[in-house]
Amino acid sequence: MARFGMVIDTTRCVGCMDCVVACKTENDVPEGFCRDWITTEVKGEFPEVQMEIRSERCNHCDNPPCVYCCPTGASHVEEFGQTVQVTPEVCIGCKACLAACPYDARFINPKGYADKCTFCLHRVKEGLEPACVSVCPTQCMHFGDLDDPNSEVSRLIKSRDNHTLLPEAGTNPRIFFLT
Amino acid sequence: MTAVSRRRFLKISTGATVGAVAVAGGSLRPAFSRPVEDGEVIRKIPTYCDVCFWKCGAIAYTRNGKLWKVEGNPADPLSRGRLCPRGTGGVGAHYDPDRLRTPLIRKNNRGEEEWVAVTWDEALTYIAEKMQAIKQQYGPESMALFSHGVGGTFLKHTVKAYGSPNIAAPSYAQCRGPREVGFNLTFGDAVYSPERTDIRNSKCLTLIGSHLGENMHNTQVQEFADAVGNGASVIVVDPRFSVAASKAKYYLPIKPGTDMALILAWMNVLVSEELYDKDYVEKYGFGFDAFKASIAGYTPEWAYPITTIAPQVIRDTAREMARYAPASLVHPGRHVTWYGDDAQRSRAIALLNALLGNWGRKGGFYTPTGMPVPGYDGYPAYPKPEREHVDNPGHAYPFADEELTTGIRNATITGEPYPIKGWMVYATNLLNALPNQEETIKAIQSLDLLVVVDVIPSEIAGWADVVLPESVYLERYDDLNAAPFREPFIALRQPVVESPDDQKPNWWIARELAKKLGLERYYPWTNIEEYLEARLAAGGYSFDGLKRDGIINGPKIPLYIEDGLEPVFYTPSGKIEFYSTQLAEHGLDPVPTFTEHPQPGPGQFRLLFGRAPMHSFGRTQTNPLLAEMMEENELWINKNVAGRYGLKSGDYTRLKNEDGVVSNRIRVKATERIRGDCVYMVHGFGHTAKGMRRAFGKGASDAELATKYVMDPVMGGTGMNVNFVTIELEGA
Repeated sequence: MARFGMVIDTTRCVGCMDCVVACKTENDVPEGFCRDWITTEVKGEFPEVQMEIRSERCNHCDNPPCVYCCPTGASHVEEFGQTVQVTPEVCIGCKACLAACPYDARFINPKGYADKCTFCLHRVKEGLEPACVSVCPTQCMHFGDLDDPNSEVSRLIKSRDNHTLLPEAGTNPRIFFLT
Repeated sequence: MTAVSRRRFLKISTGATVGAVAVAGGSLRPAFSRPVEDGEVIRKIPTYCDVCFWKCGAIAYTRNGKLWKVEGNPADPLSRGRLCPRGTGGVGAHYDPDRLRTPLIRKNNRGEEEWVAVTWDEALTYIAEKMQAIKQQYGPESMALFSHGVGGTFLKHTVKAYGSPNIAAPSYAQCRGPREVGFNLTFGDAVYSPERTDIRNSKCLTLIGSHLGENMHNTQVQEFADAVGNGASVIVVDPRFSVAASKAKYYLPIKPGTDMALILAWMNVLVSEELYDKDYVEKYGFGFDAFKASIAGYTPEWAYPITTIAPQVIRDTAREMARYAPASLVHPGRHVTWYGDDAQRSRAIALLNALLGNWGRKGGFYTPTGMPVPGYDGYPAYPKPEREHVDNPGHAYPFADEELTTGIRNATITGEPYPIKGWMVYATNLLNALPNQEETIKAIQSLDLLVVVDVIPSEIAGWADVVLPESVYLERYDDLNAAPFREPFIALRQPVVESPDDQKPNWWIARELAKKLGLERYYPWTNIEEYLEARLAAGGYSFDGLKRDGIINGPKIPLYIEDGLEPVFYTPSGKIEFYSTQLAEHGLDPVPTFTEHPQPGPGQFRLLFGRAPMHSFGRTQTNPLLAEMMEENELWINKNVAGRYGLKSGDYTRLKNEDGVVSNRIRVKATERIRGDCVYMVHGFGHTAKGMRRAFGKGASDAELATKYVMDPVMGGTGMNVNFVTIELEGA
């Protein structure tokens, strides 16, 4: 069974937010909210500056606190791709998952349920890539099966320096940033 | 780049969800959202984008007849199936609640933005009567058109049929004009748009103030990422640590206004260390010895105190460029109207490239080709204007090869060499595109007629007598795009959805106006589809096929000397002109020299401006999708300097320029990413037009502060990075 994840090449990313806009149009994300976002991390003093630009979203963690804390089972691990998903009709909007997520990846949709990145499973089921991956003009994003050693994502993780976000949280996030 | 913070969004959400209840009723939906429900009708219609002017091929999706999303067209060589954020967000242009909806005629004084909504017939009759009166009293040349983008094609046609030669675009004298002239004087050919830069194959890419990645011309950014991915050596020269700088091997934090010194010093190193491409220069160059003698004094040691770039860094970077030549490209930039000696600086960049031997070579500048598409055959000849262009009397700017916007503005103010009494303005916000708003308003006040055709109620629309609402690009046909490129193509723009109100496409407006002016014979076609079909049929192409696919791809063409394509230099000598006899004949420097530009005094900062990837000029700030990505601009100021003023990120402040103009309030971005002697903001914000409700009063306008400008003696461009500002402290 596949275990979906993403690899994002920060050396190519220019932080243009196309991924954010594409997610919003693809998924009808309501105004004022987004399921993915750009973080720019600046280190050093001018002119000796280093900068990492990252497109971030739900990490679809292997060890997902949002799922463990959900009182209704709305937040769950979906069999397809072992991704973390929310069933809107079962969610009561209690925000326990918002508090539990160390990545601030969730928000309460104005319709009343916890909302976040779905890895565009509706597209993936049709053989397409997630919207953010497919639009990126720098082609910095890769999506695939982390359990398949021959997948592009697995090969990139093996061959390039990379890191995840807040590994100390113990969530085993599935989005890897190439540096 | 503003990071979109989850917490900020969450804060907003707290208010938005008060009283919200869980979705009730209906069947249980799948666990993950599915934007397409059963039974919904999805249609895909190819077109090409208009949010910037790169014209990427796109595929627009409708869901039950309503616009849903826009993606890149994989058949399009410009987008390669991937749009930039503006193209993806183009959906918002259609749904923009602030867009113009009906023709408007001014009610009170100009600039008060008080309107009477009228019918198209009333509006066009009013315009035609005024235009006829201008023609009668002053002659047809006294009507001018300012136009930006492909949508101006038919208005230009109507204005030419009416009898005026005075048609200008700020994209020349306020943007890329000096570059085209500098390259023309050197190689006998321009860089054009899309730029003929072979970034994808460059092994060393040098960017001078060019902020690719923030300046989001799609193909260039895609190729930049490819070059970075391929391990290209990137050299970035910028007073600001740009996104591109973060990808660079060498970052040169140059003192603003001194780029020419660095370029001259680089050339000095290449020549004195004999690192230049001798065979190439020998074969294609003209006047090299005079050039060599002229630049002999411009050593890295000479350039150091001017530029603040250490001699060793200048040498290292020159050697780095030479190491990868000819696949070593010094990007010519695009918006290059900085200091008034911009054509000469662009020429210096052209010469630096010539030393690297990259014109016509892989990884340098390729030779673009366009698909042959005949023009529309069936228009009568235009009347010959009795007076020549108004903008450049006496050819004071000898190498201006397009009309100068500010020249038309001067003539409008002074009445010399002859009066200009009518302006038609298409899709360009002249108040923010031209420097010195006071002069623009002064010119407007001496007009008998100001017509603005646009999709949004911009600042210039606020000053108009008549405002005509245009359909956005997703609602209209336009002329074909067959711009020369590395892969020849033809692209079609066609309507995806209908205009929501009484907006009309530009071709319809231009044709109806021509009819009112008694110029119907200039429109033998009744519908643009007839026009497009005729053009395509004359070239042997299928209109139906193009409507279906959006793109016709041409054959593979030779691009480089490596492909056997010998470059042709359309210069007087037929060679690359290291020494320009043409310039010498006009008393201008035949080889570029260094001009010292004034530097800001104590407490002053040079005001620099640039672009953000999700906005195009001042045209996208009311697009709900794009506005959300960046609602207002920020004032970039060095962190240490900000600290001395007691300013921290998020505080509001104002800027005051040397003419006493005080900006709207702008949020501070105290950052390590900029020098201390300049400040920076993204262009296009600080809107003052009341109708742009979402954008009104958000951020500051660099255009408002650009009261000073320096005319380029070579071609009449307006150098605008010459404004110094002080920081006006105020409470938040």
